[in-house]
Amino acid sequence: MKRIKVLKSLVFATRLLAASIPALVHAESSQPIKVGIMHSLSGTMAISETSLKDVALMTIEEINKSGGVMGRQLEPVVVDPASNWPLFAEKARQLLTQDKVAVVFGCWTSVSRKSVLPVFEELNGLLFYPVQYEGEEMQKNVFYTGAAPNQQAIPAVEYLMSAEGGGAKRFFLLGTDYVYPRTTNKILRAFLHSKGVQDSNINEVYTPFGHSDYQTIVGDIKKFAEGGKTAVISTINGDSNVPFYKELGNQGLKATDVPVVAFSVGEEELRGIDTKPLVGNLAAWNYFMSLKNPTNDAFKKEWFAYVQEHNLPGGDKRVTNDPMEATYVGMHIWKQAVEKAGTTDVDKVIEAAYGQKFNAPCGFEEEMDANHHLHKPVMIGEIRPDGQFNVVWKTKGTIRAQPWSPFVPGNENKPDHLASLLPLDLGTGVATADASNH
Amino acid sequence: MRSFLGSLGLALLVLVGGSLSVRALTADDLKPLAEDDFGAKSQALERIIAAGDATALRLLEAMNQENVVATSDDRVLIQDGETLKDPITGAPVTVKAGDAQPITLNNLLRARVASGLSGLRLQAPDRAVREKAMNDLFREPDPAAKLLIEAARNKETDPVLKSKLDQLWALTALQDPDPSKRLQAVQLIAERKDPQMRSLLMPLVAQNKDGTYAESDGKVRAAANDALKAIAFEEWKIEMAGTLFAGLSLGSILLLAALGLAITYGLIGVINMAHGEFLMIGAYATYLVQEFFRSHLPSAIDWYPAAAVPASFLAAAAAGFILERGILRFLYGRPLETLLSTFGISLVLIQLVRIIFGAQNVEVSNPSWMNGGIALMPNLTLPFNRITIMVFALVVVGIASIVLNRTRLGLYIRATTQNRRMAACSGIRTWQVDSYAFAFGAGIAGLGGCALSQIGNVGPDLGQNYIIDSFMVVVLGGVGQLAGTIIGAMGLGVISKVIEPFWGAVLAKIAVLILIVLFIQKRPRGLFALKGRSVEV
Repeated sequence: MKRIKVLKSLVFATRLLAASIPALVHAESSQPIKVGIMHSLSGTMAISETSLKDVALMTIEEINKSGGVMGRQLEPVVVDPASNWPLFAEKARQLLTQDKVAVVFGCWTSVSRKSVLPVFEELNGLLFYPVQYEGEEMQKNVFYTGAAPNQQAIPAVEYLMSAEGGGAKRFFLLGTDYVYPRTTNKILRAFLHSKGVQDSNINEVYTPFGHSDYQTIVGDIKKFAEGGKTAVISTINGDSNVPFYKELGNQGLKATDVPVVAFSVGEEELRGIDTKPLVGNLAAWNYFMSLKNPTNDAFKKEWFAYVQEHNLPGGDKRVTNDPMEATYVGMHIWKQAVEKAGTTDVDKVIEAAYGQKFNAPCGFEEEMDANHHLHKPVMIGEIRPDGQFNVVWKTKGTIRAQPWSPFVPGNENKPDHLASLLPLDLGTGVATADASNH
Repeated sequence: MRSFLGSLGLALLVLVGGSLSVRALTADDLKPLAEDDFGAKSQALERIIAAGDATALRLLEAMNQENVVATSDDRVLIQDGETLKDPITGAPVTVKAGDAQPITLNNLLRARVASGLSGLRLQAPDRAVREKAMNDLFREPDPAAKLLIEAARNKETDPVLKSKLDQLWALTALQDPDPSKRLQAVQLIAERKDPQMRSLLMPLVAQNKDGTYAESDGKVRAAANDALKAIAFEEWKIEMAGTLFAGLSLGSILLLAALGLAITYGLIGVINMAHGEFLMIGAYATYLVQEFFRSHLPSAIDWYPAAAVPASFLAAAAAGFILERGILRFLYGRPLETLLSTFGISLVLIQLVRIIFGAQNVEVSNPSWMNGGIALMPNLTLPFNRITIMVFALVVVGIASIVLNRTRLGLYIRATTQNRRMAACSGIRTWQVDSYAFAFGAGIAGLGGCALSQIGNVGPDLGQNYIIDSFMVVVLGGVGQLAGTIIGAMGLGVISKVIEPFWGAVLAKIAVLILIVLFIQKRPRGLFALKGRSVEV
């Protein structure tokens, strides 16, 4: 408590100082703004996270070319937490205290996010987190630009239950054994109960990380499917997906019989694997590379130009995917918020971010809500032989995130959005965000 | 199964039933296929299936192969190689470049296209086509095909096909208002003993809330009960056979992974933590051979494994030879240092591969003859890639045992293992034997890697996933005996697969580890302990 007071008075003092000495302000305003980028560039997560670092650097370059933020250039500070969760916390501390970055874009796995949270809270930093996750979190210092469960998992299950999606009656929940699949499946089970699906029609199975023998599980799916129209909801993470889909194909289980919808399989994961056995299976995301709209065309063009210019490995085989889009959108939302606030001060930027809108490559205008999550459209894509997705279904508009899922007991009394931070502009940002919802 | 699909199909049939045997398809009928509306698309599809003429057949075949495109002004065309054709007249059509986009079907529509196509093919003049259509309909029973099945049933003359059609008809006749027809249908279904039919029969024996039966006719109910019992027994048989196959298949993978280790650790006594990396080298050699075939011999791509097998052996054997000559020979007799240095080497090898090939997994695809499988029983398909690997494991074990027991090198290896000094006295260059034996073990690991590339991922970490399993097999089987390794691998495979359905994959792994620990308490030297003078040395 004491520290916060000291901090606050410090902030106040600087502000006073800044206001009284215009020359100093001028000197500061020509300095570049430092932006932290914290993604694993080595270790197991490097496969997924390297692209996010690349797209973040691309966006910084784009913003700098168009005049920077408030006339100041952005200066990226890239760190490599090496897929090592405690190292994430150390690197975050380094970014905030030594490099004094204004904002950090980073993390992929939920466990890495959980490990940096206390650091951002303690030092009052700002983190933009770009990956779909299990929800159950709404933290003042974090903006979540990926999907909450009601923006990915639940619409996907609704689709599978609809006539169009095949009218599934039984659900095989298959996942890797860690927090994201377990929480997601807990939410899904409660959701299915609310739709009248009984426990006897739900089967929940977990496999260890790196599991490669799916014979028994595919056999179980077949047996389970005898009891009625079945869909598999897969939260299998990482490269276990390849042996799983291979086994499905070889045992003759086709997507037309038992569709598999995956929440962690995107364009990047399909790169460099044999996609033949996967064709026709589904994935739920908020963005697909194959979307046809002018914003996405421009985004892809910019990306490939960047890849070529910087001679990135992979060349023209590189792809764009959902978390990359979320990184891109997040950085623009932050830019707009800083410009609205007229400062990079974390509390003011947070306040200004509420209600910021951006025309995202997914073809919709996405808005940052006072619950720190983006309003996002939901899309279901079918895997094509070339490793891209055909969008077979999408929501008409964007959907507001529910980070506290109503399907998790105990969430009823959780706040709908975060209270305003600055007493002076009480509620304005919140009010606009709410008004746009109803 | 598919009960919902069935009712949807039936509803749609009723919708279009009136126009069933009438006018031919027009371009307007096809237009909705080009739109995004799922309902309109599915109605257009039903209209095409109901038309049932040559145009419909042509269209469905094209849709089945995803060869139907739509132009921006909603004209639906069939793509035939480079040319576009009008589906109704069959005349070639030209459109602006890039204007024709493939129409998107979702899984539901795709299934309906397949079943509609099978339904129409039931009356094809060619017997083989008819039979295939019937088998397809069995695999994907679709009550919406009832009318087509009935039409075909009246015409079919071939007795074998006729009985198949009878059974197909039975699938659609379970809800017939006439009890005698229902009884006939249940009896026909019972003959097939197909577990997939269970969900069709279940409603017949179900009890309503007030205690009355959903099926009013007692005879039908009794027949359905008998059929369900027969199916349950059949299912049990399938499950047993499936578990056994899965266990043996997992066992043969463990065997391939562990056999090299059984030679290097079992015979020479080197605790080689870099063993997994020999597997990886074998897998990457397979990848390189595949890439070579892709760029230079694309016509023979299906036979790249024939070249990949020797290549992976040689690559891993060469790496093993260098490792033994360069490092390990200085460390003989110092097991702890060997353990640590080979662990270091494994890290170096992993990073080396990461630098050369990148951190991403590389794509090794199965040759086309390895895709799919044999449907042994309904609901039990044995995948070709797993069968191939089981056969391959047998061959590799055969080769290893011939080399060890029937060749001069094998004789030297065994002599050196049993009594090094005596062997040296008889003129064997023991240092050379060590090198060759180690290279041979590494080469066998390379073969294992080649096999693993066909079922799992090929990446820098590939070996890490198998090193623990390999040691488990060798320790369980007993050091220094090939037979022990074989039985250890197969035993571990079958036990894991028997436990897995009950406890899940995570607990099964733990249970197997505990079992091994307990077993080692009882028999510290494994299943087959080598008896001989040198054992205690």
